[in-house]
Amino acid sequence: MKKNTKTTRVIPGFHLTLGITIAMLSLIVLIPLASVMVKSLQLSPAEFWRLITKKNVLYAFGTSIVCSFIAAVINLVFGLILAWTLVRYDFKGKRILDGFIELPFALPTAVAGITLSKLYSETGWFGKPLAALGIKVAYTHLGLIIALVFVGIPFVVRAVQPVLEKLDGQYEEAAYILGATPAQTFFKVILPELRPALLTGFGLAFARGIGEYGSVIYISGNSAKEHTQVISYVIMQKLNYIDYASATAIAFVMLVISFVILFLINIVQMRQSRRTNML
Amino acid sequence: MTEQEKLERQSKRTRMILIAVSVLFIFLMLVVPLAAIVVNSLKEGFGFYIQAITTEYVRNALKVTLIATIIAVVVNTFFGICAAWLLTKFSFKGKQVLATLIDIPFSISPVIVGLAFLMTFGRLGWTYPAIRAINQWLGTNFRIAFAIPGVVIATIFVTFPYVSREIIPVLNAQGKDEEEAAALMGAKGLKIFFKITFPQIKWALIYGIILCTSRALGEFGAVNALSKTRGETFTLPLEIDALYMSGTDVSITSAFAVSSILVIIAIIIMVVRNILEHRSNKKMEKGEA
Amino acid sequence: MRQIHRLHKKNHNRIQITTVCRKIGIMSMCTILALSASGCGKKNQILTLTNVSYDPTREFYEEYNQLFAKQYEETHGEPIRVIQSHGGSGAQARSVVEGSNADVVTLALEHDISLIEHTGLIESGWVDEFDKDSAPYTSTIVFLVRKGNPKNIRDWNDLIQDNVDVITPDPKSSGGACWNYLAALSYAQEQYHDASKEQDFLKKLYENVSVMDSGARGSTTTFVENGKGDVLVAWENEAITTMQSYPGMYEMITPSVSILAQPSVAIVDDNVGMNHTQDAAKEYLTYLYSTDAQKLAAQFGYRPTDEAVLQEYANVFDLHVKLTTIDDFGGWDNAYAVYFDDGALFDKMYNE
Repeated sequence: MKKNTKTTRVIPGFHLTLGITIAMLSLIVLIPLASVMVKSLQLSPAEFWRLITKKNVLYAFGTSIVCSFIAAVINLVFGLILAWTLVRYDFKGKRILDGFIELPFALPTAVAGITLSKLYSETGWFGKPLAALGIKVAYTHLGLIIALVFVGIPFVVRAVQPVLEKLDGQYEEAAYILGATPAQTFFKVILPELRPALLTGFGLAFARGIGEYGSVIYISGNSAKEHTQVISYVIMQKLNYIDYASATAIAFVMLVISFVILFLINIVQMRQSRRTNML
Repeated sequence: MTEQEKLERQSKRTRMILIAVSVLFIFLMLVVPLAAIVVNSLKEGFGFYIQAITTEYVRNALKVTLIATIIAVVVNTFFGICAAWLLTKFSFKGKQVLATLIDIPFSISPVIVGLAFLMTFGRLGWTYPAIRAINQWLGTNFRIAFAIPGVVIATIFVTFPYVSREIIPVLNAQGKDEEEAAALMGAKGLKIFFKITFPQIKWALIYGIILCTSRALGEFGAVNALSKTRGETFTLPLEIDALYMSGTDVSITSAFAVSSILVIIAIIIMVVRNILEHRSNKKMEKGEA
Repeated sequence: MRQIHRLHKKNHNRIQITTVCRKIGIMSMCTILALSASGCGKKNQILTLTNVSYDPTREFYEEYNQLFAKQYEETHGEPIRVIQSHGGSGAQARSVVEGSNADVVTLALEHDISLIEHTGLIESGWVDEFDKDSAPYTSTIVFLVRKGNPKNIRDWNDLIQDNVDVITPDPKSSGGACWNYLAALSYAQEQYHDASKEQDFLKKLYENVSVMDSGARGSTTTFVENGKGDVLVAWENEAITTMQSYPGMYEMITPSVSILAQPSVAIVDDNVGMNHTQDAAKEYLTYLYSTDAQKLAAQFGYRPTDEAVLQEYANVFDLHVKLTTIDDFGGWDNAYAVYFDDGALFDKMYNE
């Protein structure tokens, strides 16, 4: 099956689209990133290792990865609920609700960060009642996660929505007629269909979170002691002291991490699509 | 019968709960922060608001932002369609690697993006001698980093995969049988695309363009590294940052006022999309009836 | 087959949408070209200088540029425009090194300009090009407290009490924060003359820091806008301008010992050569020493170097504070290596 499609390409445009894709990709993304990587590879391996295993660098990597993961899981759950509500139900004000989803993108990350830190600081609209309950948000990991949920939510919703729209009611009707409960229908019929889209959304929100800078630096407090420094912040620290060696070494590791995450997502996605194509 | 009633009641209840959760989430996570911006922007009164958003700096920043956004959207839409077509309609070696490389801009820290462009086009970058030589030869002072071209390229970079990422899942869910059938019947590439593929991806494409536009409007980190002069190469987010960093009460209010321009643009885009969606839904209903 | 036919019919009106889309695309491309063409045309008409500066000088240079433009037009009969660039001092120096088209730099520390000098963009000997080590105004580190000074903070040793919440930026990412650290260290050295006691003092002080922002402006925002902390360790000029914009809400306390900060200025020789702006750049920086400019600097909270003007503003600045200088710490390069580099004294004190 696989070999067959490889030798006979029925659909036209392979060489053209391949050419355009690779040319533009190289020009805009790969060449500039390669410039950074080349620079970091000029370091000796021992030096490279020393720079990226400094304590504060490791903690920052940990903070970025763990907090982005938690935020992405939260986004996965709420993103699915939001997409489902927006596609399947009709109610007043739905369109307005729908339109709000993109706003985290349109807002400069710095403005988002400033606004969130204001809202969740102990004198803010949310921070005050939460502080009364003994929950501190601004300048803690919790604040960091909230900022990352804020920037990541459109990824999940907008990845799931189009697929959900294309998924017609037939499956569910069939499942219902066959006597499945709604819960069974959802978990056995709908969820598997949505899995690639969900995974894409999750992965994108996660990956975006790891690199996030503007929206987190105001709310996280950037304390080395409490480990609320994110990895982008540490790169910025290095750059402020013209320490290109450390900055590019950390950048190199980040490039590898994001490549691996995105690569895994793509593999899962392609597997799924191959299965649908075979059916 | 009773069984069915029970089920219906149950599904009604799920419906209510899900809507409530959605409304609450959007309200707390998205609406309140926006409301905070609007409230803050009007703190000094409406006259001040108008004054704050019509300064020379803001007008220039709006121009730069629009230029960068439009170019980025056009370039990325074209690229996104090409890439999605390539990745969903064909199998070839290295496909997964290619797909992953396209996604890279999603996850790269804007701090690194800025660094990458400076190491390529800046004074320490390897293309700089060539740029300098050309300038000396032509007697010009053309620049990429710290000038408009740098701002545009950085904006294209950060929004690079947005369109393709939106289309790919839809095309994957769809499979490629229809295109294959059309191709076997002798249809040409563009015809197949516009008659079969395009209608399927239309909404995903529009979502992608909207995401791309929104993200391009709000980009801060990468552009921040490449654009340093207020009133010349500043985009709106940089202007907002500059106002905010001025630190006085008045300038912080101005910063929120300028932020509200971005919110307004985002709302306009959202309304336009809704109208489009509404119209085409109507047409489809008519066509099917 | 049948499906494809149906699709054919359905898609007629959609193809129209695509042509519309394409038209919009072409139109927008045209506007872009037109806009960029008009943008290019404008540039050569008026003499333009770019001043790359650091964060707290925004308001000062906004005013100063107008003052200078007026004076320049009066003496030369032609207009001049000055474009500003602001940011963290180190990052700004870096942007010049990386190719920002600065004609002059007016940065927070001599060290940042030396960095640019090392890359060959600025000729060595720039420190003596203008008066007073090329530093037309100076500043120092003070405390800002809330109205009435509820925690009764008078000097550095009040900051290490248990119930005091201190706000200061992170020396690992902010140049200004290094001055704060060194100012505190100056006091400790004066008091203890013992390295381990000094280290203990600083440890206690930084344990009281509840929020460590990435830059001086961020700290001001945390203290003023978000209402966090009892005392903000800040630039004197920041403290003065904050008191001006929030009258009656804050008080400035000048400690007994602090450090002298000399923000330096220089011409970026390589860039003015390319831009043909040598003379204008020189005039721009020289005019900073004029009485009018010195008065303006004083209004924005900088200590004027002109003795007569300084005396005029003696009620604004506490002139009795004992000031150390960066030379007391062996120069900036040495201070960075000893205190702020990864694993150096600051890390040891803060992380253990």
